Amino acid sequence: MTQNQSLFFQKFGITPNDLQRYLSEALSAGGEYADLYFEYLTSTSISVDEGIVKSASQGISAGCGVRVLAGERTGYAHTDDLAPEKILRAARTAALIARGPGQQPVQAFKETAVHQLYQISSPSADAEIAAKLELVMRADRAARAYDPRIVQMRGVYADELRQILVIGSDGTFADDIQPMARMSILCIAKNGNTSARGQSGGGGRVGLDYFNNEKTPEYFAAEAARQAIIQLDAREAPAGEMEVVLGPGWPGILLHEAIGHGLEADFNRKGTSAFSGLIGKRVASEKCTVVDNGTLPSRRGSINVDDEGSPTQNTVLIEKGILKGYLSDKLSSKLMGLPDTGNGRRESYEHIPMPRMTNTYMLSGDDAPQDIIRSVKRGVYAVNFGGGQVDITSGKFVFSASEAYMIEGGQVTAPLRNCTLIGNGPDALTKVSMVGNDLQLDEGVGTCGKDGQSVPVGVGIPTIKLDKMTVGGTAS
Amino acid sequence: MPANTETLSSAALDLRKIATDVVSRAMKAGASAADAIVRDETEFSTVVRMREVETLKEAGSRGMGLRVFVGKRMASTYSSDFSREGIERLVGGALELAKLTSEDPSAGLPDESDLGSLPGDLKLYYDDVFSFPPEQRIEYARRAEKAALEADPRIRNSEGGGFDASTGRKVLANSLGFVGEYERSYCSITAVPIAQDENGSMQRDYWYSAARSLARLDSPESIGREAARRTVRRLGARKVPSTKVPIVFDRTVAASILAHVFEAASGDAIYRHSSFLTGKLGEKIAGENITIIDDGTMPGGFGTSPFDGEGVPTRKTVVVENGVLKSYLLNSYTARKLSLQTTGNASRGLAGNPGIGSGNFFLQPGQHSPQQIIAGVQRGFFVTEFLGFGINLVTGDFSRGATGLWIENGELTFPVEEVTVAGNFKEMLKNIAEIGSDLEFRSSTACPTLRIEGMTLAGE
Repeated sequence: MTQNQSLFFQKFGITPNDLQRYLSEALSAGGEYADLYFEYLTSTSISVDEGIVKSASQGISAGCGVRVLAGERTGYAHTDDLAPEKILRAARTAALIARGPGQQPVQAFKETAVHQLYQISSPSADAEIAAKLELVMRADRAARAYDPRIVQMRGVYADELRQILVIGSDGTFADDIQPMARMSILCIAKNGNTSARGQSGGGGRVGLDYFNNEKTPEYFAAEAARQAIIQLDAREAPAGEMEVVLGPGWPGILLHEAIGHGLEADFNRKGTSAFSGLIGKRVASEKCTVVDNGTLPSRRGSINVDDEGSPTQNTVLIEKGILKGYLSDKLSSKLMGLPDTGNGRRESYEHIPMPRMTNTYMLSGDDAPQDIIRSVKRGVYAVNFGGGQVDITSGKFVFSASEAYMIEGGQVTAPLRNCTLIGNGPDALTKVSMVGNDLQLDEGVGTCGKDGQSVPVGVGIPTIKLDKMTVGGTAS
Repeated sequence: MPANTETLSSAALDLRKIATDVVSRAMKAGASAADAIVRDETEFSTVVRMREVETLKEAGSRGMGLRVFVGKRMASTYSSDFSREGIERLVGGALELAKLTSEDPSAGLPDESDLGSLPGDLKLYYDDVFSFPPEQRIEYARRAEKAALEADPRIRNSEGGGFDASTGRKVLANSLGFVGEYERSYCSITAVPIAQDENGSMQRDYWYSAARSLARLDSPESIGREAARRTVRRLGARKVPSTKVPIVFDRTVAASILAHVFEAASGDAIYRHSSFLTGKLGEKIAGENITIIDDGTMPGGFGTSPFDGEGVPTRKTVVVENGVLKSYLLNSYTARKLSLQTTGNASRGLAGNPGIGSGNFFLQPGQHSPQQIIAGVQRGFFVTEFLGFGINLVTGDFSRGATGLWIENGELTFPVEEVTVAGNFKEMLKNIAEIGSDLEFRSSTACPTLRIEGMTLAGE
């Protein structure tokens, strides 16, 4: 018996017989498939602001979501009370999506073999709160010591431990204990009348030792402070189409917005994505190979099993420019006759799972990053980003650079402010003419929103050059 | 309606009891002050896609949050576990945490004299939202989508029609003796059609109606038809060359611009120097024609409540009057930081310190209809949707992806996409040349159609 079972089975007194009963109830109105998602989430957050730890908070949320599928229909109900009668009631509510006599039997449970991606001795959720507090104080000191022009610093350390148990009427029986820890730093720099901000952060499915041994509070603080100081001297970004070079790592958000969402199977099943029907077609230059990989150890976007109990995978989305596959969950894979890629994710037990990305990145190419920059006459070099957004149907996407520079005559020159990039998903990657040999994954800060549900994700990219993209600044 | 009040208060008593019990337990355990919030919510949502029910979701959820002060140290805990053990853990955990946080001279509950609740019926709760049978709710979603699908032959697909309903009760209690509660209902109809032209390229848009009472919703048919109209007009959209032209913002996107003023005027951003409005109180920050108000007291409003997240009555605050910044929006903490008075704008989730939340936040309407404003533009861009979130409140830098229609000789001509509109927010507020007469509250932030000069459109 795993640790997880002991939590839901022992703390909440749930038995395998109960699970059978809940699923039978869920299928009683003729549903074809039903699943139960038990979740027990503990979280901690500590923030430093103006040099003091102003607040610390801890919370617990627990509940169970019951889903019933009938054809393309989904019935869903959830409860935050794990008493049998409450779960049965949720099962009865969700069951009503189907109309007819119950037919589908519940299969014997078979435990899913899961990855072991979180290689930590003890999750940080268990660590002493004082040790976490020390991390934010260290970040505060480091940011202030970086430069006297840093006038404000705010740092947050947050972690959580999510214990899940997913039971499906097809015999699915999967559990996982998913740790997550993250630091985020925001700095404000001021020089005379000019203010600017810089932001950084990172983490993953890691323990507290990650912040002591690998990426320290001092590292994140210096990075945020550095960006804020650089932005003090930034000039207006240009407006119009030009060459754009993306630096390695977090700029991989391009892939997330430009193609990732458009390749989620639900949109393609419904024919509402700009990528619908493009499998086997060229959607990128042949230098581009893009994958979504949920199996990278310790990454923020990685999970041993998805929220439908399926093991995550490494899925090739684009191979040498050709569209290869979609990201799927159980429902879409069944309706489309495609493999389930283990991308069925949800924010919590209150939410219906749907196809979501994990860690989405482009593989390294052959070009040296310096050569890529040297090849640009006049363009933009974007190395850090805020957020982005995509219109799945038209394919148009934007993402906003928080750190970018002009490239003039093959040289990186002035820092830019207000630099938003906009493009069209299905053809943006066809304009990729150079791909660097320097693939990097992001630091572990990404959160993706879809239909009001947030899930942690990762992105990555080597340095790349796009021959043409619209830069949304104000300068001519 | 005595019978009705009876049932309400018996359900209410329970939550009140839990909230006051949590506070008194915290005080007994050593807190010098505390407040607790308890929430109980019910939600229903359905989507009908291509005339078939696609999802049906129904659920209730509860949660409670506790904030304790031990002297000038603060900590908070939250939980969905209402068992005795859960409550003990909530209280014990908060007090443990409060030993570790720093002394913060500004920490504390609001002054006792600031506490209170607006009297009278604020018209926030209507029974009809949940007495409406599920079959009919589904029917509303179906009708909205059907109207969209039938409005134009080019509407060939859909992300569906939706109907959502929710009710929530909230109780706040603190150790100064404040106990307040209110109940709110909400329902909405949406339609998200997809149009396709002869080349196969697709466009999506949406429309919705939201209200606190079912009786106040627009008809599903009108939602479907308007969604279809907004979608079809985007077909054949193209990029235009980069240029500087007057930009007219549809009121849906204008509301999103106005929301940036709210963020910039929020006490948290002000005292942290992370807003371009820091230190600008009493200064001219916008054109003479601009008056912006936050009013948490409007009966039936989406941003209305009898008291804020700390138990301070909501009120009407003039934020900008004829271009002059008159007030920030504050809770008691940010008020203390800035040596000002709270404006009753505390927002309280279950976890952490209260933030700043708006009441009904709006820009005073002007004289002209949107049609008249467009007719006054020789050559310009009418923005109907933003993409992305490109604003930096520290510097005021603003650049967002935009979709809309080109204006030529005062008329809407062809659709435009894959462009950005950019400028500096500080300048944009001074360059609002026209304000529409079409103020309508579709959410807690509302703004009429705006025409702004001096912005850059980046395209080809």
